[in-house]
Amino acid sequence: MDKKQVKKSDDSLVMRIVRHQMFIPLAALLILAVFNLIADPGFFKITLKENSLGNPVLSGFLITILDSGSELAILAIGMTLVTAASGGQDISVGAAVAIAGSVLLRVLSGGNSRPETLATPIIVAFLVSCIVAAIFGAFNGVLVAYFKIQPMIATLILYTAGRSIAAWINNNELPVINDTTFTYFGGFIPGVPIPTPFFIAVICIIIISLVLKFTNLRLYTQSVGINENSSRLNGLNPAAIKVLSFVILGLCVAVVGLIKVSRISTINYSVIAKDIEMDAILAVALGGNALSGGKFNMASSILGAYVIQSLTQTLYKFKVSADALPAYKAAVVIVLVVISAPTVRDWFSNLSKKFKVKEVA
Amino acid sequence: MLKKKLAAFLAVAMVAATVVGCGGEEKKETDAPAAKTEDDAPAADAEADTDAEADAEADTDAEADGAAASGELIKVGVINNDPNESGYRTANVNDLQEKFTEENGYDASFAYSLKNDEQITAAQKFIADGVDYLLLSAADTAGWDSVLKDAQDAGTTVILFDRTIDADESLYAASIVSDMEKEGQMAVDWLAGQNLDEYNVIHLQGVMGAAAQKGRTAALDAKFAEGWNKVTQQTAEWNAEKAQQIVQSVIDSGEKFNVIYAENDDMAKGAVAALDAANISHGVGKDVIIMGFDCNKWALEELLKGNWNYDGQCNPFQADYIDDVIKELEAGNELSEKVIMLEEQGFDATTITQEQVDEFGI
Repeated sequence: MDKKQVKKSDDSLVMRIVRHQMFIPLAALLILAVFNLIADPGFFKITLKENSLGNPVLSGFLITILDSGSELAILAIGMTLVTAASGGQDISVGAAVAIAGSVLLRVLSGGNSRPETLATPIIVAFLVSCIVAAIFGAFNGVLVAYFKIQPMIATLILYTAGRSIAAWINNNELPVINDTTFTYFGGFIPGVPIPTPFFIAVICIIIISLVLKFTNLRLYTQSVGINENSSRLNGLNPAAIKVLSFVILGLCVAVVGLIKVSRISTINYSVIAKDIEMDAILAVALGGNALSGGKFNMASSILGAYVIQSLTQTLYKFKVSADALPAYKAAVVIVLVVISAPTVRDWFSNLSKKFKVKEVA
Repeated sequence: MLKKKLAAFLAVAMVAATVVGCGGEEKKETDAPAAKTEDDAPAADAEADTDAEADAEADTDAEADGAAASGELIKVGVINNDPNESGYRTANVNDLQEKFTEENGYDASFAYSLKNDEQITAAQKFIADGVDYLLLSAADTAGWDSVLKDAQDAGTTVILFDRTIDADESLYAASIVSDMEKEGQMAVDWLAGQNLDEYNVIHLQGVMGAAAQKGRTAALDAKFAEGWNKVTQQTAEWNAEKAQQIVQSVIDSGEKFNVIYAENDDMAKGAVAALDAANISHGVGKDVIIMGFDCNKWALEELLKGNWNYDGQCNPFQADYIDDVIKELEAGNELSEKVIMLEEQGFDATTITQEQVDEFGI
């Protein structure tokens, strides 16, 4: 967080809040909330119902946002690290989710597209998909760190080929899993009324915050992102840290693959997690993180992810017509991203300083 | 140093994996048509029958075959959508690849893309290569005029299949199309035939602008204009998860609905997942009518179980139709009609049989 800035300035509490990195995503969330409250307070209604299996589940717009936004929040964790370390973004995330999901189904179904029972326990299949996703992440990382290819170009390879690889893994068949336990990950665990994806996201957030607190990952990632040469002179291995960030993103991808595939118990290679990389990058940008790397704030990226989902859900609620939906989203996003851009924030703080000086005079 | 070597090794391994991947895919493609030969056998018989009936036609066919046998293969360039797009597309691609082989007298090249601009580039390349026939299933309906003019100047005959485009009729020789309007109309007629007390419809659309989306939307829009209640009409871009979110948002808002009209099976599946979570019953004789399109095998099985109500077919087996047109043109005959409609049908959950699931499921 901007400790240096806060220390330097003797501004009022309001200015300190405004200048905090979390301010933009929080403000955006608040505006969306107020807008919905005025338009229809039903947006905040949460009811306890039973689903078709007779289990209690919570339902309502807020629950849907927590549910559907979780995949994005998990990806935002990895994307923030990649952005901070490499100063670029991974655009192969959606394709990698397709690969991870395909591997998961392949192992679960044992090559039979209509298995009656699971060929392997879910945990084994998940671990295999984690390993595969981590390898693909490492592939991207190696291209970026050792071959010095621009991240967006390096990941373009997997972006283009990924969905075909995913289809090939299952011989272009679409396995359907008929096991109810498997649906828990993208749905509800019996007796627990909160959607499981939210729990999975919370677990991921707890893990990454513990890692950031008790290891030097944050320090190393930021120093590599800020100045690669000086961090090398200080004894760090910048290439290894970049690869590590891509591997962590790979693990996030595997988790998202599990949730996505579990939601519908099958896969569609060309549309699963389509364009999710753009939303993940957007979450990082919305969180006020510089897309050119360096310092990062994990919490604001995650919040950014839920802001994007709230926006999507709000647009669905107001039945914005299908043709106009992307335009509305783009308009809101442009405003948010421009306001949260570091240059614009600096400009605003300079402006307010000048204003203060005048006031004093 | 060691780390660098390890990294290099890893990169090589990944490249190798990709190469192996491609190899595997080719192998699979040759396997799949072999498995499909059985399905096509009746169609081939039917062809033989018509040939026997019309002697003159049989002669010309023989001529064309003779030309092929003497080594003069007909060069065709096929531009199609990505086979991974859907089960429908996979079936379509396999059908074409099986038909346009050297044994059948064709020298065929294939290009696959879901993007219009990439398809146009591929078309330009095929025209430059001097193909005799350009077979085209366009990703988007617009933007094809100049390419098709180039084809005309180069003496390449263009045959559209699967999807129509917005271009002058003179620019192509024939258009073999799934009649999306008819698919939509059949589905909506079926729905109207259910004589519900009221129609509160959630309409999940495909990618906006796609021919399938336009055709399947048109008939329903007409009914909305006549007074059916449009609960929501939104694009889920053929995507199950998006469909789930949209239906979830309708459920959250507490609005009443009794029909879900999804323009493909995946979206219908996503919608059903949202209904299950909210304990809303669906299917034959239940609260909500579920309608899908494309006749995926798993979707027809849902029909058989009574969980869904209707599934509209979109016939992917088009290679025989195209083959007939090319043979006619090679023989110098005029085509009796420029636009050839594929046979389509819709399945009702109350009447569907296991045999139909096996025969028409893709």
